[in-house]
Amino acid sequence: MAKTLFDKIWDNHVVNTVEGGTAVLYIDRHFIHEVTSPQAFDGLASRNIPVFRTAQTIATADHNVPTENQHLPISEPLSKFQVDKLIENCDKYGVSLYGLGHPYQGIVHVIGPELGITQPGMTIVCGDSHTSTHGAFGCIAFGIGTSQVEQVLASQCLLQLKPKQMRINVEGTLHQGVTAKDVILYIISKLTTSGGTGYFVEYAGSTIRNLSMEGRMTICNMSIEMGAKGGLIAPDEKTFDYVNGKKYAPKDAAFDQAVSYWKTLPTDEDASFDVEFTFQASDIMPMVTYGTNPGMGMGVRQSIPQPLDFANRNSFDKSLAYMGLHAGESLLGKEIQHVFIGSCTNSRMEDLRLVADYVKGKQKAPHVKAMIVPGSKQVEAQVISEGLDLIFKEAGFDFREPGCSACLGMNEDKIPANEYCVSTSNRNFEGRQGPGARTILTSPLMAAAAAINGKIIDVSLD
Amino acid sequence: MEKFTLLQSTAVPLPIEDIDTDQIIPARFLKATTREGFGDNLFRDWRYHPDGSQKADFILNNPIYKGAILVAGRNFGCGSSREHAAWAIADYGFKAVVSSFFADIFKGNALNNGLLPVTVSDGFLNKIFEAIENDSNAGLEINLESQSISISNSSEVEYFEMDPYKKICLLNGYDDIDFLLSQKAIISTFEENNRYPFNPIN
Repeated sequence: MAKTLFDKIWDNHVVNTVEGGTAVLYIDRHFIHEVTSPQAFDGLASRNIPVFRTAQTIATADHNVPTENQHLPISEPLSKFQVDKLIENCDKYGVSLYGLGHPYQGIVHVIGPELGITQPGMTIVCGDSHTSTHGAFGCIAFGIGTSQVEQVLASQCLLQLKPKQMRINVEGTLHQGVTAKDVILYIISKLTTSGGTGYFVEYAGSTIRNLSMEGRMTICNMSIEMGAKGGLIAPDEKTFDYVNGKKYAPKDAAFDQAVSYWKTLPTDEDASFDVEFTFQASDIMPMVTYGTNPGMGMGVRQSIPQPLDFANRNSFDKSLAYMGLHAGESLLGKEIQHVFIGSCTNSRMEDLRLVADYVKGKQKAPHVKAMIVPGSKQVEAQVISEGLDLIFKEAGFDFREPGCSACLGMNEDKIPANEYCVSTSNRNFEGRQGPGARTILTSPLMAAAAAINGKIIDVSLD
Repeated sequence: MEKFTLLQSTAVPLPIEDIDTDQIIPARFLKATTREGFGDNLFRDWRYHPDGSQKADFILNNPIYKGAILVAGRNFGCGSSREHAAWAIADYGFKAVVSSFFADIFKGNALNNGLLPVTVSDGFLNKIFEAIENDSNAGLEINLESQSISISNSSEVEYFEMDPYKKICLLNGYDDIDFLLSQKAIISTFEENNRYPFNPIN
């Protein structure tokens, strides 16, 4: 029977099946971090059981770490306690930790791929909803809750019902100034913040195939923002080339053997999906969000739609009131106060090279505070080796140390109430970047342009 | 996990759509390392002003509405995977959440904590909102065995879907982890039969 990429990986990982078709699904890689793991380790302790497969468990500290002076002890006591707890748990249970000060430390979804821990055909989980990022390599990767973190630590398995499957095709050539981030914001604006719920999404089509691995990661990263359990992309030569030579990638004959297996994974020609959508790249403009969920997005030259278009007018009005915006308004020329370039969506080398290329020789607007937070210590080191940090500093940007930072404002990097932040992160929820903060999601290029101009402009016309 | 069989209670209405887990429990309250106490900060920024005083117009601050059932607009619990959202709702005292649509990860987290997510039709959800609006003492009855939810003092009843495995867990108070630990021998055999050369790390 014809199978999808998802079917093939799923079927290879079903250990057993229980009541109602629920599968005992084997997990190849389990990433953990300081915020969603302490209660899981406590659960193991109360049962007096070990971590079942330490070699497949990888930890880092990213969510609440400071992005300045990481060589000093963490000054915020609760954050310090949580990070210390992670160190203690990893030590006690024998889990590898890439913590603060380690040359591999970084945002969990940045370090997995760059270390070659993420490989095609795998099942990957983490107590973080953006685990879908790893799907860019042709993996079943999804976020889990802390009870499930405990289950995977204890058994390397999860109880899962097989989700429905959706394919999203994007075809054609992207316009100048339109990037992977705009593609995924466009898709979510069409399918809404709940349009993918209950589904695992395969992204396909010529536009997706032509994206780099980092662009594909940006796409898969935001699958959860339309409610999807995860998103994946068929592995191809680009995928193999990216994985080849990475620290934990298979070497020599084992790599060749792996590639021959990975080549069997793409969806069979006559496989079917529960639902399928096709979009044209030529319809996609640089995107901005105007509301308080990632589905509330539009092309930068469009105007905020009228509430009549929405079933629940109260929710729509509440959202625009929070943002200080009105239906019918355009965001072109909107003055902004902050720019945040970072997060597991957009903090990799390509993103930062694109930003450096744009801001080189320019100056940020005087009233804008602009922060660039690299995704990992390896990205930070590469930025410095290419001299991009100097370009950022000369343009007036604050180049920080790696972490999740202002994407969720768990550390000191918060946006003040009622101020606008153009952000390359993934969520524009109320208070996400700090109580009262107003987030406008864009691509790194649009964010860089907003910092330089002090207002939102259309980079495709720049 | 606590057993769930039958729940009869008044309900708290929150007719807002797409309520994300950042609203249920903001990230700055995720620094605790235990599962307890999150109820104090449930819906923190909707419930309190920055100075800590209550926002009078938020439903949890209205003494007319109380009970063990939260009724919310569609797509409840979207966004972050933080289980702290389910812990906060349960810690506050809710035993069930009723909506016409739940985000996947939240639904799973709720079920793992004995907090029952009940998915009803948009039409039935509106009937519940209307019933509570007309009379804040209107009760709901949720019967897990028969998978039914009814509005008391009316003939309104609807049946809801439920994963059969999770139903057994809730009715008996079983945790997934107990079952998974019982599978360890099968899991080890699976590993032996699926040794790819590229699987282990470090």
